[in-house]
Amino acid sequence: MTDTIDIIDHLVGVTPDSKAEGLRARRPITREHAQKSWLALFEPADVSQVSLAERFAVATFVALLHGQTDIADFYAGKLASLDNGTTLLSTVKGLAELNGANGPYGHYPAGPLSSENKDGPALNITPADRDVLGEKLAAALYHAHLLVFRPREASPAALQALLSAGWSTTGIVTLSQLVSFLAFQIRVVAGLKTLAAA
Amino acid sequence: MTDTVIEPTIENPPVAFTQEHIGWTAWLPPLTEDELTDRHYEALVDKARAKNGYFALLVRDPDILEARTKTDNDIFYNTKDGLPRAERELAATAASRLNGCILCASVHSRFASQYSKRTEDVQKLLDDGVSTDLGERWNAIVAASVALSATPPAFGSEHVKRLRDAGLADEEISDVVHGASFFNWANRLMLSLGEPTPAA
Repeated sequence: MTDTIDIIDHLVGVTPDSKAEGLRARRPITREHAQKSWLALFEPADVSQVSLAERFAVATFVALLHGQTDIADFYAGKLASLDNGTTLLSTVKGLAELNGANGPYGHYPAGPLSSENKDGPALNITPADRDVLGEKLAAALYHAHLLVFRPREASPAALQALLSAGWSTTGIVTLSQLVSFLAFQIRVVAGLKTLAAA
Repeated sequence: MTDTVIEPTIENPPVAFTQEHIGWTAWLPPLTEDELTDRHYEALVDKARAKNGYFALLVRDPDILEARTKTDNDIFYNTKDGLPRAERELAATAASRLNGCILCASVHSRFASQYSKRTEDVQKLLDDGVSTDLGERWNAIVAASVALSATPPAFGSEHVKRLRDAGLADEEISDVVHGASFFNWANRLMLSLGEPTPAA
């Protein structure tokens, strides 16, 4: 791939001499390293632990869970261009449609914060979905849903489920960064769009 | 496969939001110092972080750690113009309070107190939650950070208006957006790769 465009500018729809362009231009270091973050995750030097299809499938799913159709379309386009991508995309879209929620929710460790516990759903993956995704990607989507909506319920058992599904320790670090980076990128895009239009 | 999770036994784990210094321990093995190459040290940015379990775990993927750290440093430390540091830390604290990251909230509430000298107000945010009254300017920053941190994000033109009415320029509002957004990245890593430990 030869993406040279700035991804956040692209997703915000920044045009020359616009207000959004001015807001981005005043923080060139943030802009440079947000872009390098995207490149590290989506044009990685090493795909041995996490494949490109896994990266773009998770990204599409996370953007859909955030209700950001334009951002999801961007990642979906990347996924669809990969081998088996259109099949995965169809399943990812179906799962996101059926498993939307409003976060953050979840339980705190037992103690004074227990009064703030808020119940909410975990991702429900049917056997048919699992057949399409495979165990490794199914586990990644389950974990991504946890990180997006109820990060305070994360646990060693959640990481063990990833290891048991074929993830390596380094692969889990990359997956965690990818989902968490998207939680940032999506909010910067949504926030700047709102600010520039207001 | 030899990879395994670590299930630490922690006496008196922190279970409430605090401005105290607390620690953190990983659920997956960080790289040890003899495993670190020059590339790893470069990605750590600050070499002292090799001894910190959080960064020594994240450095397993050096490219994203390095870019993440440089993004973080610019959003919070580049204060030659724009929003005062105290209020960037307030945005970080509000996001962390909403998402439930006790460790992130402890670090950044301390910074918010240090730079604002409003330790009691910061403590109110930790104790009473994101709806507490901190005066209109801080209320507007907290409300915007909370709306942006909701999933799906609920940040709208009404939040921009409230921030402008409270005296923030659009450049400063952009800094609120970046500070709160960055903590949606940091909170998820800190919450999902390990857990807080009591002060040493």
